[in-house]
Amino acid sequence: MSNRTPVPPGTFAAAVLIARKDLAIEFRTRSAFLAAIVFSLLAIVIFFFAWDATAVSAVDLAPGVLWVIFTFSGLLGLHRSFGVEEADRAIDALLASPVDREAVFLGKALANLFFVLGVQALAIPAVAIFYNLPLGRVLAPLVGIAVLAAIGLVSIGTLFSAMAANTRLAELLLPVLALPFFVPIILPAAQSTARLLSGRPIAEAMSWLRILIAFDIVFLVACALAFPFTLED
Amino acid sequence: MTTPATTDDRRRIDWLLTIAVVAVAATFIRAIFFTPAEARQGLAQKIFYVHAPSAFIGLYVAFGIVAIAGALYLWLRDERLDRVAASAAEVGVIYMTVVLITGPMWGKPIWGTWWTWDARLTLTLFLWFVFLGYLILRGAIEDHDTRARYSAVLGVLGALLVPFIHLSVYLFRTLHPMPIVLKPGHPSLPNSMLATFAMSFVSFTLLFVALLRARYRLAERVDALVAEEELEPSPMPNLRAEPIR
Repeated sequence: MSNRTPVPPGTFAAAVLIARKDLAIEFRTRSAFLAAIVFSLLAIVIFFFAWDATAVSAVDLAPGVLWVIFTFSGLLGLHRSFGVEEADRAIDALLASPVDREAVFLGKALANLFFVLGVQALAIPAVAIFYNLPLGRVLAPLVGIAVLAAIGLVSIGTLFSAMAANTRLAELLLPVLALPFFVPIILPAAQSTARLLSGRPIAEAMSWLRILIAFDIVFLVACALAFPFTLED
Repeated sequence: MTTPATTDDRRRIDWLLTIAVVAVAATFIRAIFFTPAEARQGLAQKIFYVHAPSAFIGLYVAFGIVAIAGALYLWLRDERLDRVAASAAEVGVIYMTVVLITGPMWGKPIWGTWWTWDARLTLTLFLWFVFLGYLILRGAIEDHDTRARYSAVLGVLGALLVPFIHLSVYLFRTLHPMPIVLKPGHPSLPNSMLATFAMSFVSFTLLFVALLRARYRLAERVDALVAEEELEPSPMPNLRAEPIR
């Protein structure tokens, strides 16, 4: 990779540029975000009728519903992350630009993080309304859990999206690869959400949150390091 | 076998595989006819001689080979490592499938349930999913180098995933105690059972090595065929040129 520009941006500056590019595409087309939001609302409704609401209380149901929605709506956005680069081989231009491969990963991950957080920002209130949850007092820790989980989802998802985009199965492959890796995210997140919603103190969920934080650190680093291997040399 | 043109390599008997199959058959015969039935569990316990060695080989040996060969491939870029990883994954998935089939068969009469979300069972199930994803990924990529790199990345990440799945499912189980489930634990085996167990362990390991070797040879042949095809001039010009700068 040759440095033609006088001052190539640093890793983080480049990552922010790439994230802004992806978010600009998403903001102008709004296709994936709208689809993810509508999907979330539909899922909330379907989950409600899939269980007998008189037998299972909404507080017990809601954590599961939230995290299943985040997982699958996240996948909707993630597989587009590198899907958009396949058209006209835009990825080649991105890779030819004088930025680190790690910066490409971080930028893509950052854009995906905004995507997932955006879906969460709308889906959490929607679940609260439909399931009549007392959200007010647990909102701050719930947002914390959502952000921690989103970091893990996005690290794994961005890497596997880059891989899946280059295969014959494309978006079909992403859930198959990513979902086993989402288990140590969804399980702690759903468990701590359940503790919060049933009025337990956050301290009770600490052992879960520790797993979540450790997962985020390990997989953010591992996926950033592994990402250059997924690009053609 | 009808094409005489192929090398005689194909007609040669794989002696290692033959010996391994005979050894496994001998283990079965010994386990079924010449090993006493366990006092409390009765005949169901005989599944142990298939289940335990398969679990050890599928979970630790095969998964370990996939992860280590993957990491080494990313470093050394030796295609033999990729073949080893691919072969270990394929044979490993068979062993793990055996574990997941024999487990419920043993669990139903002894625990009273086909499945329980116990930490080890859950870990086995998820590693099986990772393995299946690995094989599906390999099947979805045609380019040799891309396939090797991607599967190596997945193999390494899969190894990183193991402690996390283990921790989280363990915590899940301990916070939510299951209804009384009789755990077999690890009773000290009487000598006759121990001998059968050791025999099953050796024969299943031998079978694993033999299958791994056979699968590796197949991969070698396929790679050689692909390389031969690639030597012939392509009728299409290379459409993916360097990007214009």
